[in-house]
Amino acid sequence: MPLNAPQPDDIGRRRRFEWLLVAAALFFLLLALRLWYLQVISGERYDLQSQKNRTRYLPIAAPRGIIYDRNGEILVGNRPSFTLSVLRQDVVDRDRLLSDLAQDLDLDREFLEQAWENQRYYPRYRPIPLKRDISREQVERLAENGLHRPGMLIEVQPTRAYPHGELAAHLFGYIGAISEEELRQPANHGYRAGDYIGKNGVEKNLEQYLRGQDGERLVEVDVQGEKLRQRVQQPPLPGKRAYLTLDLALQQQTERAFGDQSGAAVALDVHSGAILAMVSRPAFSPALFTDGISSRDWQTLLNDPDHPLQARAISGQYPPGSTFKMVTALAALHDHVTRTGEVIDCEGRIALGNRDFRCWKKTGHGPTNLKKALRESCDVWFYEIALRVGIDRIAGMARQLGLGRHYDLPLDNERDGLIPDKEWKRRRHNTPWYPGETAIAGIGQGYVLATPLQLAVMTATVANGGTLYRPQLIERIEEISGNVLLQRQPAILHTATFDKEDLLALRQGLEAVVDDPRGTGKACRLPGIRVAGKTGTAQVVRMKDDPAEGEDPTEKEEIAYRLRDHALFVAYAPADKPEIAVAVIVEHGQHGSSAAAPIARAMFEQYFDLPATTAPLPGSE
Amino acid sequence: MFDRRLIQNFDWLLLMLLGFTVALGILNLYSSTSGWNLSGTPIYIKQIYWLLLGLTLAGVLTLFDYRHLQHISPFAYGGCLLLLASVLLFGRTSMGATRWINLGFFNLQPSEIMKPVLILMLANYFSEHETPGGFSLRQLMAPGLLLGLPVVLVLKQPDLGTALLLLFIGGTMALFAGIRKAALATLALLGGATAILGWFYLLYDYQKQRIYTFLNPEQDPLGSGYHIIQSKIAVGSGGFWGKGFMQGTQSQLSFLPERHTDFAFSVFAEEWGLVGCLILLTLYLLIIVRGILIAHKADSPFGMYLAIGVTAMLFWHILVNLGMVIGLLPVVGVPLPLFSYGGTCMVTTMVGIGLLFNISMRRFMF
Repeated sequence: MPLNAPQPDDIGRRRRFEWLLVAAALFFLLLALRLWYLQVISGERYDLQSQKNRTRYLPIAAPRGIIYDRNGEILVGNRPSFTLSVLRQDVVDRDRLLSDLAQDLDLDREFLEQAWENQRYYPRYRPIPLKRDISREQVERLAENGLHRPGMLIEVQPTRAYPHGELAAHLFGYIGAISEEELRQPANHGYRAGDYIGKNGVEKNLEQYLRGQDGERLVEVDVQGEKLRQRVQQPPLPGKRAYLTLDLALQQQTERAFGDQSGAAVALDVHSGAILAMVSRPAFSPALFTDGISSRDWQTLLNDPDHPLQARAISGQYPPGSTFKMVTALAALHDHVTRTGEVIDCEGRIALGNRDFRCWKKTGHGPTNLKKALRESCDVWFYEIALRVGIDRIAGMARQLGLGRHYDLPLDNERDGLIPDKEWKRRRHNTPWYPGETAIAGIGQGYVLATPLQLAVMTATVANGGTLYRPQLIERIEEISGNVLLQRQPAILHTATFDKEDLLALRQGLEAVVDDPRGTGKACRLPGIRVAGKTGTAQVVRMKDDPAEGEDPTEKEEIAYRLRDHALFVAYAPADKPEIAVAVIVEHGQHGSSAAAPIARAMFEQYFDLPATTAPLPGSE
Repeated sequence: MFDRRLIQNFDWLLLMLLGFTVALGILNLYSSTSGWNLSGTPIYIKQIYWLLLGLTLAGVLTLFDYRHLQHISPFAYGGCLLLLASVLLFGRTSMGATRWINLGFFNLQPSEIMKPVLILMLANYFSEHETPGGFSLRQLMAPGLLLGLPVVLVLKQPDLGTALLLLFIGGTMALFAGIRKAALATLALLGGATAILGWFYLLYDYQKQRIYTFLNPEQDPLGSGYHIIQSKIAVGSGGFWGKGFMQGTQSQLSFLPERHTDFAFSVFAEEWGLVGCLILLTLYLLIIVRGILIAHKADSPFGMYLAIGVTAMLFWHILVNLGMVIGLLPVVGVPLPLFSYGGTCMVTTMVGIGLLFNISMRRFMF
């Protein structure tokens, strides 16, 4: 503890305290004088400078990452475009500027005013775009008159380019200016108003990779808005490259094969789950969104009765119809309720309680075994078998084959489909399960729902002998330097063990569907490569007194288009050593055999590099 | 045992001055960062969090008798030297300088901790070695070493600004302790010689560049002179009355990335003009005067030197920052206490203020 506290009469120390006070005051006085000099004596000069020599940090937009197919073909790229922006802090006469610009661009003044108003909360020192993607002629006209328009900027910005138009539009999704709501989300930290962000599909789900990092340039402008000097402070960093598992040629061929029919198709690599093609028709043009979609175009898309915005391949849920019979057959064989050679007599109907369940063929198929039942899609055989095995086992088999679940694809609105069982019915409808419902479910009608993606997974799982691979869309993501950030690894979700003979019997039946002259899928026959498949028909509306399963060649013309059944076809090839599995659904296509199977054939032709058949593809009806 | 005089002697005036200054600082931060991202916590809110943390620390520092710190000071000093040395060995390098130790959840900057610790150590030394006639050159060796070691280590990082601040703080304390005239003259000569030698052998290129730029900013107006020119334009264009709150064009619109940290004052000067600046200067001056008075009334030499050291720390920070912003001194990264955004500065300042409160509260304790 101190013994000698400061004495008040310690003169030296008191003087030093006085010195301290004086020194501090003097230094502060110096600061004050300097401020007075800067702010009062030179104030006017600096004020002039602050108005005259304005230096601005302007962003340099970074190109978004390019999306490639598995072979490195560009699916979604970028192109340079001109954007008319204004830097509001430099604008002197807003009204005149807008009028002049409207005249030069041949636009409604209101359009520009609206764009201005929409962005009024953005920082005043950042340029706000008024009109994106203006033509070269417009740029020239603006530049000619631009000398006396302080605040006007014409910027070159990379814009999304879609070299293949509507191709796979649902997969890629689209981009748009970030909304205020999106800006507030913590996940979008670092975005600024006016930035572009993926709104949908791969663009949205790979946003963190695809987004580039904007650069910055320092620009010094005079009072007229003329640039005096500029310097790049930070170069922009382009987004990462995304390689999809898609095969561009296959995707193109599939979309072409649809013509203007609605529907969806999915092709999978049987041994890895890679999605080779994924088509939803009709589609839309993602380019519509890039410049901000007009409300008229948006309304047109929304109100289109064919729902072009819906990604049918993953969010369309359809009754799988007879394609589901491979599930029922496998469940029955697996649980030994039938033998591969068992013959059931089809008389065209089966009575259950007080209700008749009809086969699509009114005259009946006569004595029918598994192979024939698959080949000719006999309903009675499957009613009988389904009733024996029961709904819970059918549902179990369906799940083993990949139905009734979603796969977390980097896409939006992937649906689960529906595989009903007793427990589900009790929970959902609070009623017991009726045997008639089992019979109906056994042929893929009733409550059963599946997406085209799920049907492709089911087919691939049967084709490879029971290995359920997670369907995957992203092959790899790499940096511009080539550094690989993400590489796809096949992911096995489940391995089912089937009796070899059971599997063989099922496959022979599926092969007969295509190969046999009596088969329903013979429209998919290929020269040199054997195909195994299954047709199906999904009822749109259950019509009174109409057969439960309706591959009925009559009355085709009379049924109004929207009431017509959906046509399905699932297949894999080559039958003996499967590589690719496809699922095709043609909405209101009536018959799997005539509407869907030819599309699958076109896909196989492309995949196996076979010459296209001359047989006409189904066109519009 | 609680002593009523602790409350009586609490320096309410200092607290008030502090409150006004901090409030102006936060208002200014609100203005200078208002156009930023919508997402995330706004800067000024974060500053309030730092302020609350600083106040808590200051509060804790008033709870015990500051004299206990005298015994701890050698250990704190030794530990801090070790930290500084380890920064050079294992520190995190950012922008060419190695100043931080990564502790996982945050980055520790030992050179900042060194400021209060050095003050404690020197206060300890000078209070134990009172020399009425003033220190001779030989007597200054020991405190010179205490000061020199951390300065050299910080200079090595390299962090010229902090090293100079440590030197100024220590120098002020030594001057106050008393130095003989002959010794002072010799030191001045030595200092001049060191400055010349240092220019050629010690300073890094970027540090020299700053000094060149300071001498002639127009030479590279878009490069290294940019900060100074823009800051002067901002301050000068504020004029007598200022452009008004949130109305600054120079700083609001397109100023520097540092406008909320080291250059916070130029935003303030532009928007509040000479009137506002003088008010702020007066506030700072009153805080300094208050610090000196606390030293004057301190009940022990240790408390007196401690208060002088803390006041010197505040004073030099203010002077160097303002001098830099208004073009009187070269650009060295020194924040303005209570005004610039930043947790480290806020915490260091509040630790100092807490010590001042402590010393003033316990002046009639025996």
